[in-house]
Amino acid sequence: MAKITMREAINQAMRLEMARDPDVILIGEDVAGGRGCPVDDKEAAGGVMGVSAGLYGEFGAARVIDTPITESAIMGAAAGAALTGLRPIAELMFADFFGVCFDQVYNQAAKFRYMFGGQHGAPMVVRTMVGAGMGAGPQHSQAIYPIFAHIPGLKVVLPSGAYDAKGLLIQSIRDNDPVMFCEHKMLYGEEEEVPEESYQIPLGEARVVREGSDVTVVALGRMVHLAVEAAGELEEQGISVAVIDPRTISPLDVDTILDSVEETGRVVVVDEATPICSMASEIASMIVSDGFSSLRAPIRKVTAPHTPVPASPVLEAGYAPTAASIREAVEAVYNYR
Amino acid sequence: MNLDEAALRHAYETMRLMRIFDETGRREFLAGNLPGFIHMYCGEEAIAAGICAHLTDADYIASTHRGHGHCIAKGCTIEDMALEIFCRRDGLCRGKGGSMHIADLEKGMLGANAIVGGSAPLAVGAALKIKTRGDSNVAVAFIGDGASNQGTVFEAMNLAVVLKLPAIFAYENNGYAEMTGVDYHCGSGDIAARAGAFGMPAHKVDGTDYFAVHEAMAAAVEHARAGKGPVSIECVAPRWYGHFEGDPQAYRTKEEIAELEQTRDPLTLFRERVMAESTLTEADFAAIDAAVSERIEAAMDAARKAPLPEPADLYTDVYEVYD
Ligand SMILES: Cc1ncc(C[n+]2csc(CCOP(=O)(O)OP(=O)(O)O)c2C)c(N)n1
Ligand SMILES: [Mg+2]
Repeated sequence: MAKITMREAINQAMRLEMARDPDVILIGEDVAGGRGCPVDDKEAAGGVMGVSAGLYGEFGAARVIDTPITESAIMGAAAGAALTGLRPIAELMFADFFGVCFDQVYNQAAKFRYMFGGQHGAPMVVRTMVGAGMGAGPQHSQAIYPIFAHIPGLKVVLPSGAYDAKGLLIQSIRDNDPVMFCEHKMLYGEEEEVPEESYQIPLGEARVVREGSDVTVVALGRMVHLAVEAAGELEEQGISVAVIDPRTISPLDVDTILDSVEETGRVVVVDEATPICSMASEIASMIVSDGFSSLRAPIRKVTAPHTPVPASPVLEAGYAPTAASIREAVEAVYNYR
Repeated sequence: MNLDEAALRHAYETMRLMRIFDETGRREFLAGNLPGFIHMYCGEEAIAAGICAHLTDADYIASTHRGHGHCIAKGCTIEDMALEIFCRRDGLCRGKGGSMHIADLEKGMLGANAIVGGSAPLAVGAALKIKTRGDSNVAVAFIGDGASNQGTVFEAMNLAVVLKLPAIFAYENNGYAEMTGVDYHCGSGDIAARAGAFGMPAHKVDGTDYFAVHEAMAAAVEHARAGKGPVSIECVAPRWYGHFEGDPQAYRTKEEIAELEQTRDPLTLFRERVMAESTLTEADFAAIDAAVSERIEAAMDAARKAPLPEPADLYTDVYEVYD
């Protein structure tokens, strides 16, 4: 099996689905970059991060659609097209830009199925970039997916690597409800073994990244890698750590988490998003409600602080959780009585 | 050309500061010394200089991601800007904003902005403050050609007309929104006409010509200060560099870029005209160039060596602290 980056895996997923189903279109800013320019380079184009490179050349301007900077209209057009039969993939360059277009997603697309009494949903995928790490500052670095998870009607996917990204994106495109597909910008260049052919990963099935019997670490997105790193170090100290990657935060695979907690009784939840009204809080509260009798220590959350993301790299380095902060939390719950 | 020698010198120095600040910033970025992104203003200097020549600290501007030139024209201190793009502790925004968020409220500079189209409603808000207080100042929004398509910008223009606010919409048409050309992304192809359709005077000028921008802004400011409502000015001035540093620019030819530098350099055009029509000489410009280079090297050097923020700064200024 070939090793490819998460960027390539996402590209493959879109390519395969667009080849399979003519109703799948890609719409967004610079996804076919170069329109209206002296050189219309069909191969080089593909969004600011190059994720859709080559799709314009392969599927043409009718299905790989460059838009003006007009996010409300992009999201609304995707919702309207989805309501009437297409399966749009709408790209929102940075998740931070939801500020200018969220209405079309959460009041429109997310509500159709329920509000219209089940007549039709909005089978669309919003691909968007999340996360800190580039020194890009307060308006280009946020992990705002807990806001999406808060909205009934939206599904929210958060792949931690290339293999999952491909299978989850193909599944998301085929899903009949709106899916927010959140790609961490610091993971695009990370490689994993990925099959060339098409495959699907169901939404709502967590992955047990690592088995362990002392402490359960539930980690989201990029945090999965830090949790695995911390778990390796802790193993040398004799602490056996299970790492669970929910992969989708809505729906959330409650059973896989609770099964592990039943064995360990001790839990650390790790997320890069801010802590208040967060997935970390949600997962912790779910465990307290549904796994209370298993618990042997208070649950620890390791998250970003309740602050915006600073531009300064030294401040940003203290923003997101680290392997060290995860290890410390695991030790704390492990040593609790 | 009805500007005195001091004004001409100031205009040139301002544009030269912008040029060298960005070229030196680019060098630092390529050397890995600056975090995040850097967006070059080269080729568009005459816009910010011509617009801001009519403003005082009591007037406002709201800027864009390509904001260094706007900051300089509005009087932000170069040294403090340098500290900010290096994300240093003593930068204008304490290193928390960086290149895309330089702000200096004392100078009426309401911030560069990493949200495209974010500037227009903010400037309208500043104009609302001016009108509410009965002042005679103005508020300017700088808006890219790409940003001109954003819903926030349309809403802001309409509100400014409805409320008859002293707002000036300064469009910077540099031909591109990232990798997409204006011919494609702007449906009518005419940003000024579209602004005019909202019910305000709207002009289109050569944004590489300092004097054309200066003259259009003089009229706009007079109109707005007189309480007659908003004005739009579309300034056309091609972007020399890629969208951000690191953009391979596969969408245009090397020849196009080289030709721009040779034929559409606002500083060269300014120098040539001023030398022909005033008493300023080659030597005067050379002296300004030398002083600017020296000042900017010193500012960048100091910024490079300046202290970083303290880890605890991460937690400050989320909210006002009451004690
Ligand atoms: C709301 C929003 N959408 C998209 C972007 C990404 N983006 C940053 S700059 C830019 C192009 C802006 O083009 P234009 O307004 O012409 O300004 P220029 O860069 O040419 O100065 C885009 C799409 C953003 N920062 N904010
Ligand atoms: Mg532009």
